[in-house]
Amino acid sequence: MAHEQAHKLAIFRGTLKFKSNVSKIWGVFVILSIVTTVEVALGIIRPAFLVDHHFLALKLLNWIFILLTLFKAYYITWDFMHMRDETTGLRRAVIWTSLFLISYLVVLLLIEGDYIYEVYKVGFIKFNF
Amino acid sequence: MEATVVKTGTEGKTWGGGNQPLKASYGKMMMWFFIVSDALTFSGFLASYGFSRFKFVDAWPIPDEVFTHFPFLHGVDAPMYYVAFMTFILIFSSVTMVLAVDAGHKMQQNKVILYMFLTIIGGFVFLGSQAWEWATFIKGDYGAIETKGGQIVQFLDKEGERVALRDFAAMGTGERAEQTKENGIWFKNESEYYPSVSFEQVKEGFLANDNLLVRVQHKNEHGHHIILNREESIAKVVNDGQMVVEGANLRHNEYGHPLFADFFFFITGFHGFHVATGVLINCIIFFNVIIGTYERRGHYEMVEKVGLYWHFVDLVWVFVFTFFYLV
Repeated sequence: MAHEQAHKLAIFRGTLKFKSNVSKIWGVFVILSIVTTVEVALGIIRPAFLVDHHFLALKLLNWIFILLTLFKAYYITWDFMHMRDETTGLRRAVIWTSLFLISYLVVLLLIEGDYIYEVYKVGFIKFNF
Repeated sequence: MEATVVKTGTEGKTWGGGNQPLKASYGKMMMWFFIVSDALTFSGFLASYGFSRFKFVDAWPIPDEVFTHFPFLHGVDAPMYYVAFMTFILIFSSVTMVLAVDAGHKMQQNKVILYMFLTIIGGFVFLGSQAWEWATFIKGDYGAIETKGGQIVQFLDKEGERVALRDFAAMGTGERAEQTKENGIWFKNESEYYPSVSFEQVKEGFLANDNLLVRVQHKNEHGHHIILNREESIAKVVNDGQMVVEGANLRHNEYGHPLFADFFFFITGFHGFHVATGVLINCIIFFNVIIGTYERRGHYEMVEKVGLYWHFVDLVWVFVFTFFYLV
């Protein structure tokens, strides 16, 4: 195992190339830190424009949070967990399975939760007392 | 024996066995598939959190108003800084972990020891932070009144600043006698949930203080809790008020809907349990590295496998952070 299979050292689709695996790790750490800082800053400021506008029943701000989270998850999986260096088969077995099942579950449960909210709101159940 | 052993004629071919089409060892692949199943467990929890939140979307607590504390900074309003700090701790311990894996590939025992040590320290710091976060959440902040319908009513002054119950409750009136076995009903114990002020005291104090308003759990279209005027406030407290809530537990939650506290305890607790087991497994591997097990074995793949688990814990925290504190 000491022979060490070669790491792929380019990220951002090849626009950012690192000289060694160690420098790639630090580079990814810097990127993740920047993204986290942006998230926290947005969470504290909560810009009115992003809070008041909605897209698909979610605030724009929340979409930004979710996209940034997926961005972070991608780099943690691809570079810290070395998914970038695994074979296509293993990568798809792990990623496609979880992505499909998780998005399926989340979409169904959120639609159902929204439905129950409507029932409570327009129905005869009085719970605001 | 020749007669019973059937040669398939596929030895050395793809389906003949003995090769690794995914170019990963058995252990590493199983760690990946364990992570998939664990990710599904966590997403089940987070999805049910989303379900409950959507169900009570106009009455859900605002995380910015719940998690406002930072250790050693009393009375300073610091929304989210502390969780951001915890996130950095976990990401950084992920970095040291992946550096340990990298050093392991290069067979540098001393570097692996150093980086694994830093990773374990990071894990302990995170666990300590989480304990503090829980303690603060359980202890509570301003206190609130729970109505007969299970709604939370919080107190504000005219400027819209939150006011703590202990600051206005009429301590003189309606002193509540603590039940003991000697002077009470012998087979009944004092209930475990015992706030520092009684509902009567809060009601008296509230009626005596014209400066106080209440806000309810429901939110207006801008996402702020609705603040009632003085007459509505009095009506709310007198007619609907039932009990005092301080802090959060599995039944009552002074910050808003009890489900928020339930999910908070369950999901961050389950994640914290993962961190704790991660630290434990890290320690085992750490000592194996020190005594040279992997040096003799000729490879450091165990460090890589425990690394995968550790990164997964970090990955889950990234999602918990988003859905509990940001969204």
